[in-house]
Amino acid sequence: MDIADRKRILRDMLFARRFEERCYEAYVERRIGGFLHLYSGQEACVQGVMEAARPGHDYVITGYRDHIHAIRCGADPKAVMAELFGKETGVSRGRGGSMHLFDAAHRFMGGYALVGGPFPLAAGMAKAIKMRGGDEIAVCFLGDAADNQGTFHESLNMAALWKLPVLYVCENNLYGIGTRIDRSTAVVDQYRRVCGYGIPAAQADGQDVEKVFEAARVAVEHVRGGGGPYFLELLTYRYRGHSMSDSNAYRAKEEERMWSGRDPVILLRDRLIEAEAMTREDYKALDTEVLEEIEGEIIAFAEASPAPPVEELGRYVWADDGSCRPGGAG
Amino acid sequence: MAVMMYWEAIRRAHDEELANDPMVIVMGEDVGVAGGTYKATRGLYEKYGPERVIDTPISENSYTGVGIGASFLGVRPIIELMSVNFAWLALDQIANTASKVRYMSGGQLSAPVVIRSPGGSAHQLGSQHSARMEKVFMGITGLRVVTPSGPRQAYGLLKSAVRCNDPVFINEHELMYNLKGEVPDGEYFHPLEGSELAREGRDVTLFGYNVSVHWCLQAAEVLAREHGIEAEVVDLYALSPLDRAGIARSVSHTHRAVIAEEAEAPVGVGAEVMAVLNEECFFELDAPPLRVSARNVPIPYARTMEKAAVPNAAEVVQAVLALFGRA
Repeated sequence: MDIADRKRILRDMLFARRFEERCYEAYVERRIGGFLHLYSGQEACVQGVMEAARPGHDYVITGYRDHIHAIRCGADPKAVMAELFGKETGVSRGRGGSMHLFDAAHRFMGGYALVGGPFPLAAGMAKAIKMRGGDEIAVCFLGDAADNQGTFHESLNMAALWKLPVLYVCENNLYGIGTRIDRSTAVVDQYRRVCGYGIPAAQADGQDVEKVFEAARVAVEHVRGGGGPYFLELLTYRYRGHSMSDSNAYRAKEEERMWSGRDPVILLRDRLIEAEAMTREDYKALDTEVLEEIEGEIIAFAEASPAPPVEELGRYVWADDGSCRPGGAG
Repeated sequence: MAVMMYWEAIRRAHDEELANDPMVIVMGEDVGVAGGTYKATRGLYEKYGPERVIDTPISENSYTGVGIGASFLGVRPIIELMSVNFAWLALDQIANTASKVRYMSGGQLSAPVVIRSPGGSAHQLGSQHSARMEKVFMGITGLRVVTPSGPRQAYGLLKSAVRCNDPVFINEHELMYNLKGEVPDGEYFHPLEGSELAREGRDVTLFGYNVSVHWCLQAAEVLAREHGIEAEVVDLYALSPLDRAGIARSVSHTHRAVIAEEAEAPVGVGAEVMAVLNEECFFELDAPPLRVSARNVPIPYARTMEKAAVPNAAEVVQAVLALFGRA
């Protein structure tokens, strides 16, 4: 990873942070509704993995904390924000919302709101890739708490049995909604739980994007090279509550301070400053540029966009392409 | 027209669709090497190989999810759930994902999966292997539900379901796999919507689906022979979307209706058809419609009790006689 890469990544992660924090404000302003799960603190995870994978080529699927995953796959941040605002110009045309972002053109195959639901979907996409004979892989990002669902074990078993090209990335942020991992999970190290399926697994520092990248490179190479599934656990932390309806009262302030001392954006920033590739003033200027882009372009676009037409309420429920009347049946 | 058994008709549809499109796959418990619990996939593992006729572990929710995920990328999976009672385990993937993914993605993804599964009381299978679930599935918007009453429909509905870009649930019956009937020699796609007139009549409409169509037909014979009542029998092979117009058309002609269903009455097919009658043709009715349904009990094991729990043709006859004030 050279200096130019690091600078680009720093901007991406800073953008992700500012984007999410702006979502927080928009939610308080009641311009975003429903449930909103923010990614602040976890930026290095999806960033590092997608540096190793091929965005727009590999198929990516995740849970409901999905804004930055969509953007890292290539979704237009304006269309992501418009979706959160419930607009027709949104990535899911205003039908999905924060938890259901989709951008099939960039192979971002969606955010899903049932914990653990995407595990088998990712294995299925990998099965399709194998049948088609392409060099893509399926990447499934989920949190540590999803590993307590049956779908985790069922899907790992099938992925290993059928040697499917799927990379499971566990973003272990230590909390399942408001319950700390050691209070819900007998084995806290998630990568250790995978050995029962004969799947290679690793654990990496999810706050250091370069370490994430190195670990993900090994993982992606394994999967793309035909080695079957791989499980990568990234140790990370979310700054905000589980969702906006969460007061975050269950966490010790000391714990929060400890993690904010290992902030993924600041970590990389300081590394660049130390390498004399950037000054504090440069960083401030970058921050200003990012904030202006978000306010001037992204928020403005989302606000100005029209709501989906209510007359189209029933569209997309059923196939409207004639496929369900084959051979003129019916 | 060749006469074949229900299972043979399903097997033929599988075979033709596997041959027609290399992206069609079959998955489920024992569908491969064992050839399917009800022989619906016999010989297909040998013909199409383990990558396309896939024996799955006993993980209903996740192998259904694997099929759904594969369908996002153009695979056309036919998933067999060995018993509809196991479909409860797969409801998360069916109801939360397959039926909603096109909608919540604003039209970007579809889940063109076919899920086949038999249910119903067979021979003393006990409470956890005898339930019917059609009423659960027909309440899921975005999921098509069809239920063949004979080999022709079993063949043609599966063929159509595989080509359809919506998820389709095919409700079969454990007692019907050896039922014989004529199936067209040439390729035949049965409509996934609508209903079929199984018998013409003028005095009362008997609505049935799957096994209860046969109860209705048997009842109609008895009613004609012994009571001078000419019953029309309408086969509701499509439970979702339901043929509202067809239901109203028949009752506007006969002015009386009995609905026969194998499941318990609450929130069932009978309740739904009665609601349609209310909404579409209430003033055509000469008498309140009646339902013939299972007793409100889990299906018991003991032979005599099982028989008493599930309706039959005689109960349909009794209901019609009650409608005419002759019971």
